[in-house]
Amino acid sequence: MPGTVQSIERAAAVLRLLAGGTGRLTLGDIAHSLDLAKGTTHGILRTLKAVGFVEQDRVSGHYQLGAAVLRLGTSFLDINELRSRSINWADPLAARSGEAVRIGTVLDGEVLVVHHVFRPDDTFQTLEVGALLPLHATALGKALLAYSAAGAHPAPDLDRFTHRTLVTARALSTELNHIRTVGHSVEVEEFTPGEAAVAAPIRGHGGLVVGAIGISGHVERVCDTHYQPHPRLVAYVRDAARAVSRDLTAAER
Amino acid sequence: MTESYVVAIDQGTTSTRCIVFDRRGQLVSLAQQEHKQYFPKPGWVEHDALEIWRNVERLGPEALRRAGITESQVAAVGIANQRETTVVWDRVTGRPVGHAIVWQDTRTDTLVNRLARAPGADAVHERSALPLATYFSGPRVRWMLDRTPGLRERAERGEVLFGTMETWLIWKLTGGLHVTDVTNASRTMLLDVHTLDWSPESLAFFGIPREMLPEVRPSVGVFGTARSAFPGVRIGAALGDQQAALFGQTCFTPGEAKCTYGTGSFLLLNTGAELVRSTHGLLSTVAYQIDGEPAAYALEGSIAITGSLVQWFRDQLELIASAPEIETLARTVADNGGCYIVPAFSGLFAPHWRSEARGVVVGLTSYITKGHLARAVLEATAWQIREVVDAMNADSGLTLKTLKVDGGMTADNLLMQFQADVLDVPVVRPLASETVSLGAAYAAGLAVGYWPDLEGLRQNWHRAAQWLPTMDSALRDREYGNWKRAVSRTLDWIEPS
Repeated sequence: MPGTVQSIERAAAVLRLLAGGTGRLTLGDIAHSLDLAKGTTHGILRTLKAVGFVEQDRVSGHYQLGAAVLRLGTSFLDINELRSRSINWADPLAARSGEAVRIGTVLDGEVLVVHHVFRPDDTFQTLEVGALLPLHATALGKALLAYSAAGAHPAPDLDRFTHRTLVTARALSTELNHIRTVGHSVEVEEFTPGEAAVAAPIRGHGGLVVGAIGISGHVERVCDTHYQPHPRLVAYVRDAARAVSRDLTAAER
Repeated sequence: MTESYVVAIDQGTTSTRCIVFDRRGQLVSLAQQEHKQYFPKPGWVEHDALEIWRNVERLGPEALRRAGITESQVAAVGIANQRETTVVWDRVTGRPVGHAIVWQDTRTDTLVNRLARAPGADAVHERSALPLATYFSGPRVRWMLDRTPGLRERAERGEVLFGTMETWLIWKLTGGLHVTDVTNASRTMLLDVHTLDWSPESLAFFGIPREMLPEVRPSVGVFGTARSAFPGVRIGAALGDQQAALFGQTCFTPGEAKCTYGTGSFLLLNTGAELVRSTHGLLSTVAYQIDGEPAAYALEGSIAITGSLVQWFRDQLELIASAPEIETLARTVADNGGCYIVPAFSGLFAPHWRSEARGVVVGLTSYITKGHLARAVLEATAWQIREVVDAMNADSGLTLKTLKVDGGMTADNLLMQFQADVLDVPVVRPLASETVSLGAAYAAGLAVGYWPDLEGLRQNWHRAAQWLPTMDSALRDREYGNWKRAVSRTLDWIEPS
């Protein structure tokens, strides 16, 4: 088969073998069944294990199909896991920017806030974990939309929250293209008058976007007089997104 | 002028971390490595001190590389360490004598029972302000001296040295400086908590030669200069990990308290220059001592099993794939369904101190799902903290107004909300969940003038999250009653041999 990638074919064969088997298989079983060298097979299994498609029994070392295969269509990263892995990077982002930090993922066409760090000024604030935000009118939502399959074909009629909300598919599509070019999203009074936000995507294994992290605050603090976010704040957000992404992909899952 | 930083070494029970902090107390980079846990017999837990040292040697430069800085930009390094873990090594070769005996290890139970009946036991308790228990390092040293042929003679000749983890690391870092800090020393049972030096009477009671003990120093003050891992950098502080977390939470005033959620959970209340003796099952301990100043003391509620119950749920029951998923599973149900788990895996620590207790799962019916069990796991942590808070309120005569929290489990929103609900006070997380490391960094930075004073550190503290109580008080009382009945079911399980 010209034009195909051999290692992916082999990985698919390993998955079919595990799915067809009745129990757990050893490395030797799998290598023998597919007529592959043990070293090659081990490399494939280790990779599949890292992405959650294969699980290994802690005691026997036998392999079986991972739970992630069964949940391919739904979110593959547990939201509580995402919060746990990003908490160390969300705090410094809040400290450096002086603004509130939120992390969001997509849930049924909206942004689900999975983590929230207060603006570090010790004023009274309420934890917004679990809140839902519109995808098209927030920096977090737009960062998520720009890298999701749904973002390719935005819905035709979008809710208006302020006079700055992007409500046409065309305007949103242009915006998402821009986000993909620059790598971060900006929201200026599109959801709440007087509020601005900056967000960037969090990437998991293989570059898949699993969430977005961003700051939000008064437009006078976040933006300059031309309604552009301060480059310093954009850099903090992007650094934090990169740090979380690095942690998600570096660690054994 | 190039920016300078402070580095913390957090030598914990399961892993070692090196973290670089900036002037605002924010994390710049982190390097972490787990080390092997040895379980040679039931109740025995050991570490390889050399493996831990090699990890520090590697992680230090790694953390600096990740931060993009060199040793010349490090103002000081501070150490926070797992407490009570006991290392004995050869002064000449630098090789440990066997594995380090870890704080969770209960091998000294028979020895401790025997010592408790020996004359002078009460006086040891009086001087150390600690109950005679397997938890502390003194009995471990005695156990090693008894069980290792020739060790006592070598100890008397000063050929082998004792230390807790910070002592071992400073000795390796400096190439032979044998020192400890007052907080770690206060966990040995060998320290006189008033003179803050080794008590000759307590040493005689345990039969431990003075020659093998390190010099006791203040926690905050320059110990020496590192020759390896961070060559040329001053070691500005060493503290037990829980005391470091108290420092990192900037609880510098009497009445301020924090709770750290880790493998176990530890609530510490600053009692200032006054050592408060508990009558409700808490420990009195040294909180910190700044060089040239009197020591600050603390009341401590130690709970052995909290985060490790989640690990047990993940690794032994295999009901979740990762620790944070406990919250996902717990949220599949609305309540505990009448099920309670009391994790008295190695007996109950504070405020009960019942070594013969063992864990129970009670209230099982055919209705119970793994979701209910997950809830019971999280609730077990919150109720154990409630018991300790009650004891602390009773001992101190104060009423806790808010609970400052830190540690890995503070990422669990369900647990934090439940904690606020069962305590009926707000639960507050600061803008730095790595408070153990931060405390070591603060203390080291303070020692070398990187930060001017305690007030400067306090200004770095900001609220990152807050959970307010919402539970109906009748429900809270009923659930607490159920929890207490569940605890009573754990008692008297192990029969005296």
